[in-house]
Amino acid sequence: MKTIEEVQNKKVPIGWDGKTLKEMRAEIDRVSKETGYYAGLEDLKFKESDPIRFEKIFSKLRGGVVHARETAKKVAASPIVEQEGELCFSLYTPEADSIVTSTGIIIHVGTMGAAIKFMIDKDYEDNPGIKDGDIFCNNDNHVGNVHTCDVHTLVPIFWEGELLGWVGGVTHVIDTGASGPGSMPMGPVQRYDDGYQITCRKIGENDELSKDWLLESTRSVRGSKYWTLDEKTRVAGCHMIRDLVLDVVKEEGADNYKQFMREIIEDGRRGFVNQVKTMTIPGTYRAASFIDVPFEGLDLPKFAQQDSIIHTPSEIKIHKDAHLEIDFEGASRWGWHPFNATPVSITSGIWVMLAQTLVPNDRINDGAYYASSFGIPLGSWFSPDDIRSAHSNTWHGLVAGWTPLWRGLSRGYWGRGFLEEINAGNAHTSNWLQGGGYDHHGELSALNSFESAACGVGASAVKDGISHSAALWNPEGDMGDMEIWEVLEPLIFMGREILPGSGGSGKYRGGNGWQSLRLGWGAKEWTMLVAGSGAMATDCGLMGGYPGAAGYRFSAYNTDLKERIEKRLPLPLGGDTDPDDPGYEKNLKAETINRDRQAVTTQEEFGDYDLMLNYLRGGPGFGDPLDRDPKEVENDLNEQFILPRFAESTFGCVYEEKDGEFVVDLKATKEKRKEMRQQRLEKSVPTKEWMKEEKERILNKDASKQVQLMFAESFALSKKFTDEFKEFWDIDEDWMVYEDDLNVTKLGRHINRFKDAK
Amino acid sequence: MADYKYDHKVINELVEGTLEWYQLKNMMSSHKDADRFKVYREVMQERVSWDDPILLPLGLHLYIVLKENGDRIVKCDCGHEFCDYQENWKVHANIFVRDDEEKMNEIYPVLMAPDPEWQVIREYYCPSCAAQLEVEAVTPWYPVIHDFEPDIDTFYKDWVKLPLPEVKSK
Repeated sequence: MKTIEEVQNKKVPIGWDGKTLKEMRAEIDRVSKETGYYAGLEDLKFKESDPIRFEKIFSKLRGGVVHARETAKKVAASPIVEQEGELCFSLYTPEADSIVTSTGIIIHVGTMGAAIKFMIDKDYEDNPGIKDGDIFCNNDNHVGNVHTCDVHTLVPIFWEGELLGWVGGVTHVIDTGASGPGSMPMGPVQRYDDGYQITCRKIGENDELSKDWLLESTRSVRGSKYWTLDEKTRVAGCHMIRDLVLDVVKEEGADNYKQFMREIIEDGRRGFVNQVKTMTIPGTYRAASFIDVPFEGLDLPKFAQQDSIIHTPSEIKIHKDAHLEIDFEGASRWGWHPFNATPVSITSGIWVMLAQTLVPNDRINDGAYYASSFGIPLGSWFSPDDIRSAHSNTWHGLVAGWTPLWRGLSRGYWGRGFLEEINAGNAHTSNWLQGGGYDHHGELSALNSFESAACGVGASAVKDGISHSAALWNPEGDMGDMEIWEVLEPLIFMGREILPGSGGSGKYRGGNGWQSLRLGWGAKEWTMLVAGSGAMATDCGLMGGYPGAAGYRFSAYNTDLKERIEKRLPLPLGGDTDPDDPGYEKNLKAETINRDRQAVTTQEEFGDYDLMLNYLRGGPGFGDPLDRDPKEVENDLNEQFILPRFAESTFGCVYEEKDGEFVVDLKATKEKRKEMRQQRLEKSVPTKEWMKEEKERILNKDASKQVQLMFAESFALSKKFTDEFKEFWDIDEDWMVYEDDLNVTKLGRHINRFKDAK
Repeated sequence: MADYKYDHKVINELVEGTLEWYQLKNMMSSHKDADRFKVYREVMQERVSWDDPILLPLGLHLYIVLKENGDRIVKCDCGHEFCDYQENWKVHANIFVRDDEEKMNEIYPVLMAPDPEWQVIREYYCPSCAAQLEVEAVTPWYPVIHDFEPDIDTFYKDWVKLPLPEVKSK
């Protein structure tokens, strides 16, 4: 029977106990803050009174979302989803707190939650309305997405007229119609270049997608078949999980399910606190990361043609009560590049790492969020104060920005003795090799080679990092099969090899990266670009280990390879094993060969017989390389994990080579290392003496423009960073580097604490 | 030592890096042993040649130790004493900065090294034994990073609930 409100066509709140979603959201925030417990749950009554039933519900849901992911991904045609597993499903409370999530790109636990929170905040309950069978879509960067290509499908779950929760599914779509092709293109410098953005839009009712949506969306992207099948993947997974939840509710009762949702989040919060206390040490951990934005002279609007550096200082505080706080004060300003991010993406991505180290279990939910806090400076590159900011390749900054967290936590693990958990950091997961146009099947398409899902892993304190293994953003990543890439992309593999020395040296070596050499073949009209770190290493190494190697590019246009193939002459094949002694050029002539540190490029026409190298980075090293077991160095030489000349200059190992086999001379190595240690003392100076010289360079403003700009941006945004900088170098109050003095664009530089002072 | 999940031998092998992979894998996959610290600290103490009680291992080769006068200082396993534990030991170390292509090329092929116009590599050595204790890849001008300031008292009193080690009377 209908209520009087329904008879009078008045909207009835869909939340619990007659509340609106907005009221529920505010209540959860208030109670959780006031009590220190999620939803005020001081006791976990359900879990404590009937633990087996509680765990049974959890296992059903967790198993169900993982199963939905594994099943649904087979619907996709995109190799990024089907081969690399770039998808994830998560289940939420009505207020958008995550209760359980699948494997995969779990950064989106937060971003999909942000989208649901956005809908709640904007009163979607009134207009456009939220009802059973609705389907919503979001990929708006400024709502809190990572970047445009991460497309969310969001489905409400109702039980007897009440909203029981939400299920969200996300896939990394191969192209979303940006100004450059591929899912993470170079080229966008403003939101309006970032591609097709959907802001939490209702795209279907009664479980059916609207025709206008299907037409508009498929006409707005390249590679519409990938778009379409990705969407079917997401919808299928969401509906599988919705059915699962309804089955659980039928079996367990709605009230028990509601209580379970609350308790599992509080349980997650407590579990996180417990792990922090078990594995780390209270105190303050500091680190910084950097990545280059070498845009001078690129084919971009003039105001974006500027070299700059994305700087991310991190101060991690582990408080007495095990509360984890990360403060990014001093970070660089957002800029006219596609590498900006949102607060949700940087914080949510941190859970991806924590799930691999501090909380390596299946209890990943928003409980951890309630046990931590973040200092996100407004106006920084991950909190732009202007909706015009571009985000299409936000991982460029994020992957670098997260490296301090590994190093910080690892110092805690070292102190506690959990050496097996130490990780010196993560590789910069690039280059991103991307392109688009009319492909070898004659279809309008795009590519983003997700080989970067398999980079070198950082060394631990007890063993080398694994080579060509994983990416921090997808611990289940995979490089994908060459045969599949060749079917889907107009590029033939001319080689796929490990890159010696790309992992950082150390007592334990960072895992090496690797390379793919790709030959253009069969596309009708095609352009290509790359995006990766080039001029800078994005980590530091740990406790004496070196950072993983920086990046570079190799490409060749208008080559003589057609002729060489016809004449059966040698071809450039395999990896670019030693870039100081280039091998490809010995078997190649071309009108243009690019071999430099310019690892970010904009679109260039790419035809048959053109060549492009994809170089996937290595991880950082751990410990002094002179402490490395010489037998391990011998193995590195024989397995071609390092170039022979670095065995001596970096590791101090004297060796002989006979018939291609390397043997390290242990006695001579011992002497060599002794000598190298002596040389270290001779060539180094006391840090305090060096600081005097460096201070003079600072006072004389002796540094490249991009370095000065980096400091000027951090100074303009942060008094704390400025004060600490000046205190460390003992520099007078009146010394300053201003952005205004560096002849850089004034566009977008809104927040500036010197605006009135200067 | 039956009370502890891993004994001195196992933890010493962990530090040595000689545990078999299956042992390491088990260790990584198991719930963490909250009592690891006690055994680990003792193992680290056994491995150094000096008697100052280790309060906390700070890094490969580095420790925070207690001196007879009550001072807590950063000390290298070679015996070199840096500074008070609340100071940045790097400021009391030796430094070598790779700030040109030639110096970078001792570690990386030219194209795989950072561009010194953008970034330098700073190596911090123990002034006595020359162990490379930390490496920073930062821009020129960047302040020396103070990596870690542990709250030792809270750690002992409230977290691991152990008495602070004391200097043995001679």
